Amino acid sequence: MATGDFSNHMAATGNLAIEAHGLVKRFDGVLAVDGVDIAVPEGAIYGILGPNGAGKTTSLRMLLGIIDPDEGYRRVLGAQNPQDVARRIGYLPEERGLYPSMKAYEAIGFMGALRGLPLEQGRERGKVLMEEHGLGHAVEKQIRQLSKGMAQTVQLLGTLVHEPKLVVLDEPFSGLDAINQGKLEGLIRGLADNGTTVIFSTHVIAHAERLCENIAIIAGGKVPYAGSVEEARDRIPAQVRLETRNTDGPWRAALPQGARRNGAFWDFPLPESGVEPLLKALIEGEAGIQSLSIERAGLHDAFVAIAGEAAARDMVAQEAGDAA
Amino acid sequence: MSSQPDRNNSVRNGGRLSIWRAAYVVARRDFTAILFSRAFIFFLLGPLFPVAVMALAGSVGAQVQSEASPADVGIAMEGRHVDEMLAARERVRDLVGPALPRMVELERLDPGGTFDAEAYLGGQEGSLAAIVTGTPQQPELTATQGRLARWQGMVALVAAHASSPGAQSYPDVATTLVETSGASQNTGRMRTAQGGQLLLFLLIMLLASMVLSNLVEEKGNKIIEILAAAVPMDAVFLGKLFAMLGISVVGIAVWGSTGFAILTAGGVSLSDYANPGVGWPMFFALFAAYFGMGYLLLGSIFLAVGSLAATVREVQTLSMPATMFQILVFFFASLAVTDRGGWLEYTAMAFPLSSPFAMVARAAMDEAIWPHLLALAWQALCVAVFVKAGASLFRKRVMQSGPRGAKGRRSLKGLVSGMFRNSSTSAR
Repeated sequence: MATGDFSNHMAATGNLAIEAHGLVKRFDGVLAVDGVDIAVPEGAIYGILGPNGAGKTTSLRMLLGIIDPDEGYRRVLGAQNPQDVARRIGYLPEERGLYPSMKAYEAIGFMGALRGLPLEQGRERGKVLMEEHGLGHAVEKQIRQLSKGMAQTVQLLGTLVHEPKLVVLDEPFSGLDAINQGKLEGLIRGLADNGTTVIFSTHVIAHAERLCENIAIIAGGKVPYAGSVEEARDRIPAQVRLETRNTDGPWRAALPQGARRNGAFWDFPLPESGVEPLLKALIEGEAGIQSLSIERAGLHDAFVAIAGEAAARDMVAQEAGDAA
Repeated sequence: MSSQPDRNNSVRNGGRLSIWRAAYVVARRDFTAILFSRAFIFFLLGPLFPVAVMALAGSVGAQVQSEASPADVGIAMEGRHVDEMLAARERVRDLVGPALPRMVELERLDPGGTFDAEAYLGGQEGSLAAIVTGTPQQPELTATQGRLARWQGMVALVAAHASSPGAQSYPDVATTLVETSGASQNTGRMRTAQGGQLLLFLLIMLLASMVLSNLVEEKGNKIIEILAAAVPMDAVFLGKLFAMLGISVVGIAVWGSTGFAILTAGGVSLSDYANPGVGWPMFFALFAAYFGMGYLLLGSIFLAVGSLAATVREVQTLSMPATMFQILVFFFASLAVTDRGGWLEYTAMAFPLSSPFAMVARAAMDEAIWPHLLALAWQALCVAVFVKAGASLFRKRVMQSGPRGAKGRRSLKGLVSGMFRNSSTSAR
């Protein structure tokens, strides 16, 4: 995204919970992130999409102040140094980590204490949160005694115990079964309904498509697209699926170049002239239309168009790996 | 933040925990976690093992010593002379004490008979170390060279008593007992100095390696990123350092009171030992202060080393030179004790890592207090520099790479070069 686009986008979205421009990070001379621009509106659910190794975690760490960018500008909840507003941020890292010997409610209390919540208050809230999320029976259990999914939930509750205004989740769906993924989606929506800004990274496009209004696509350390999901989908034309009685005739001239035959069907992008001229040409050319459907492009198609086939293949492979 | 509502407001209003408050949160967690862990029991029992080993080794050594001392002197003379010699030996024993060798009857010869002592000893039979033949008037001692030199006078004394029983008279020597002397005080203080240095070294090494293990465990548990996101890394560094210092205070209190109780029950008092130059109470106070300084200096180095490593193996690789260096520093400080007032002692006192050891020794040897005030001020300054530098390196390196990078193989060259490279240019 060019600087002008970035500014326009920020101006259009009003108050921003996060704005970052031109973030660059190198590790031992290797460029990990190369000029990332992100603008996250307050109260939004914002997704960062990209395959593993694309620079999602490094970008999030820079936004949180865990590491400093080598170049670029960032502002989080109005502060140039994200750690100045650390108490208003909740962060769930990709690599889940808790002290194995701690009891579950103590772990939540400790995470709250790190964000400024008094320890005892955090522990009490931890018990309440666990009850609310169906983990009341595990309150007194040590982390090492919990299942992986339960431990992940405990860590998520620890991320939220101090009621942050901004929640940053790095690959939050990773390692969760379908039921818990659904619960987490519900939780994220609930947070946004209460005015909390949620930003999460994922390599599963479906989650972003279901949850987010705005996304950033990141590939190879760059952000080729940052904006609304709708705009991303509009970047590629709608897909037409046509079924005809006749296999040949003058109507074939109405099909755009690159139309693909698939049995009795033809698949092709909707021409820029729109659907009416297309229909007219097909009828006049005696195609014998059996059926015709127009489907808007999905986020996956948009991702392929924006990030490229290779990045999309990586995403699909990682998604399959998660499912396995 | 004086009240709970105030604190809650500050949480809602954002801001960040101060470094000291964040360090307190981290230290409190570490302190309680270690205190209530099984590892702490082993930590408390730790000193028992070297004590038990030393006691066992001493006992075995004494046993071996007693078994391996063939100090008998055989008497091979005419029967009556044998009796005279053995009786004289009993009389002389009260005068000479344990230095007098044990004497046993080897052979009662007929008048005019002879005994080949050389051949008997050459046969290497029995436990005899020497043989006295001839008569009390003309005794002949056969033994190896060292024993000849040691026992010639003793045998002459016994033979003289055997020749003329009751003839020898010695004046009574009046005795006056003193508590100490220049020589014994110096020796005792030297022992206190060396003991203090050794104890300080063992405690510091034990704790510094524990703080390192704690950090590695934390990196292994992936908790470090949660800490890094919430509080300044300086606070994590300080929290870990001070938590282990707190643990050491508990350990020292337990060991000290146990040792004191055992010594008191055994009727042993500190007054039985040479009074340190600064006196016992001040010596203990200075020992505690130098322990704190030494631990903070070495602990900050070990924590910084730990921040560079991603695995236990890397920690071992990187901490080995630091450990070996500290052993060298300890030897250097031990050597400096022998050079009082010399450049060696002053160098050891000035060099930050050896200064606590050198000054503990000085507290044992010398009465002056002011050098300690000067040394503590210097060490405090060094602690501030070391902790700041360690925390800075820790902050820059501990979260340097992504999750996969941290797990991946990194070359030692890369790790070491990372210690000297400022890899982060703040864009805040």
